[in-house]
Amino acid sequence: MFSFDERVIPLDVWITTFVDWLVEGYRWFFQMIKWPVDFTLSGVSDGLLATSPVLIIIVFGIIAWRVSGFKLAGFTIASLVLIGLLGFWQETMITLAMVFSSVVFCTVVGVPFGIWAGRSDRVNNILRPVLDAMQTTPAFVYLVPIVMLFSIGNTAGVLATIIFSLPPIVRLTSLGIRQVHPELVEAALAFGATSSQVLLKVQIPLALPTIMAGLNQTIMMSLSMVVIAAMIGAGGLGAPVVLGLNTLDIGLATVGGLAIVLLAIVLDRITQSLATKNRGKKNK
Amino acid sequence: MEKIVIKNLYKVFGSEPQKGVKLLEKVKNKEEIYEETGLTVAVQGASFEVNKGEIFVVMGLSGSGKSTLVRMLNRLIEPTSGEVLVDGVDILKMSKAELVKFRRSTTSMVFQSFALMPHQTVLENAAFGLELDGMDKKVREERAMDALKQVGLEGWEKAYPDELSGGMQQRVGLARGLAVDPEILLMDEAFSALDPLIKTEMQDELLKLQDRHERTIIFISHDLDEALRIGDRIAIMEGGRVIQVGTPEDILQNPADDYVRAFFRGVDPTGVISAGDIVRDTQPTVVWHTKAGSPRATLEMLSMKDREFAYVLDSEHIFLGVVSSDSLREAIDQGNGTSKLEHAFIEQAKSVQETESLQDILHLVSSHAWPIPVVNSDNKYRGVVSKNLFLRTLNRAEKGTFFEETTP
Repeated sequence: MFSFDERVIPLDVWITTFVDWLVEGYRWFFQMIKWPVDFTLSGVSDGLLATSPVLIIIVFGIIAWRVSGFKLAGFTIASLVLIGLLGFWQETMITLAMVFSSVVFCTVVGVPFGIWAGRSDRVNNILRPVLDAMQTTPAFVYLVPIVMLFSIGNTAGVLATIIFSLPPIVRLTSLGIRQVHPELVEAALAFGATSSQVLLKVQIPLALPTIMAGLNQTIMMSLSMVVIAAMIGAGGLGAPVVLGLNTLDIGLATVGGLAIVLLAIVLDRITQSLATKNRGKKNK
Repeated sequence: MEKIVIKNLYKVFGSEPQKGVKLLEKVKNKEEIYEETGLTVAVQGASFEVNKGEIFVVMGLSGSGKSTLVRMLNRLIEPTSGEVLVDGVDILKMSKAELVKFRRSTTSMVFQSFALMPHQTVLENAAFGLELDGMDKKVREERAMDALKQVGLEGWEKAYPDELSGGMQQRVGLARGLAVDPEILLMDEAFSALDPLIKTEMQDELLKLQDRHERTIIFISHDLDEALRIGDRIAIMEGGRVIQVGTPEDILQNPADDYVRAFFRGVDPTGVISAGDIVRDTQPTVVWHTKAGSPRATLEMLSMKDREFAYVLDSEHIFLGVVSSDSLREAIDQGNGTSKLEHAFIEQAKSVQETESLQDILHLVSSHAWPIPVVNSDNKYRGVVSKNLFLRTLNRAEKGTFFEETTP
């Protein structure tokens, strides 16, 4: 009788062999990737932890006031004070540093790729399935190879976060570039614009609101990775949630979750008003 | 002198456009080629010259290839084959860098959709071409201001395009085109998106600008009235082919085929047909040799011929005035035998130039009893336009038959 049992493709074995081979032979390569992330992350988190909480709260308040107004400034200050009172100030700073680092790298990598995809259909067609895979592959699947390649800790957490939160900024940058009216590009060309002038003087300025929306999405997605990153030993606000989950400490998990939500709302409102403020200026 | 010479220009869209050109040379028409190969022929062997300083209108219905044609003149669309010579240089052979320089210094373009940068102010928009060229900010803004002044947009330089009306936006588009001081201005249906009143205003503006600086203007239009109004010469396109090139009069008088003729059916004929086109030498004239012509003799002549009016000329055929039997009689009565012909001139009877359109002379024809005398540029008498003739012309032009029987 026919049975699949003897005809199973040993894909899992192949992949294991492949990852093992990568770890063996190309450790230097992955260390090279890890180094700048590590450097940024530890720099930012050390800086945040060394700074007085009062100063950080004031700076956040001022930023919120500048980009939006007193209402958001009040909300920001109240949220941060509440997080501090909940006893999660240090964890919040670490999470903030992780989010900041992953967003920086997502922007550095994502915006150029987005521009490239926005200007070339071929690149867009190649990139699209890759981005789909990055967004839909459950994070747990790539956690294991990441741990194997980068070991555990905050940096590995940031790398996993980058994989997960890179797609929106690439997609929205590409979308923003594509949404620029073809007549405007044509007009620029007719007046003797070079390809880079078209990009710098027409496409990027007009795509900026959309790129900002992508940045906002990227920040939100990296925050949502906080808990998962904690599973591979990343610190920050994810740690108490995971700990609470493992020990069935519902109080700890909930309070940790609350701090994440507060931080998410603060970051979301600030970046969103940054994007809309930008748009307002463009159209006024 | 020719500024632009276009020779055998083709544009075929599709994967193997050269094949399309070859097939066209074998006299296949574009429909057959589309069916056989899936290639779309947009422009098919266009050849014509544009003279320096003229407004050259390319006219055709949508899909006739006129927008593709104008975009091949600055290579926004790459021609499949042919030549585009500007001042004798084939722009199709230019390198990328040369092309950028050509676009910055020699040509500029005005678009149907205005295509203004929404993130820039009116002033920045007007300075756009200069900015691309790397001109110093202060200098380019000065020149942009000057261009805005030329189009009557002083005081709006800090506004953003979406704060302006359509007509004003296109003025910005025009200023952007003028600021780079181009030799060649390409205007792609530049006024088609504007409502009729504003459109006429903009056409006048363009003609006024053209009076001050003579640029070579290629104007794409689907509107015949517009073409006749501003065009020094017109090219008519149909289905990718240029089927006729000529002055508005040439084309009106000898339409190349039924397609061209059909265009003129809807035209308001009074704006196109000039007094010189319909003038008839039917009225009696009196030549005033001695400058002392006799009213009596003239009156006698009128009654013999049973006519009411006579047209007085000098020996050089220069028009002097109009007399009627009434005015002659009056002059004779008052003058007691010493009256001269000039005393009998009807005061309001003025001549019109042969180049004036029927529209221009309509009020004269309708308000006076005498046929209106027409003179040429040397003031020589050419004949008259009577009410009767005027109405007959209108009637025939309306039916589209005027130019098929031009000679009386």
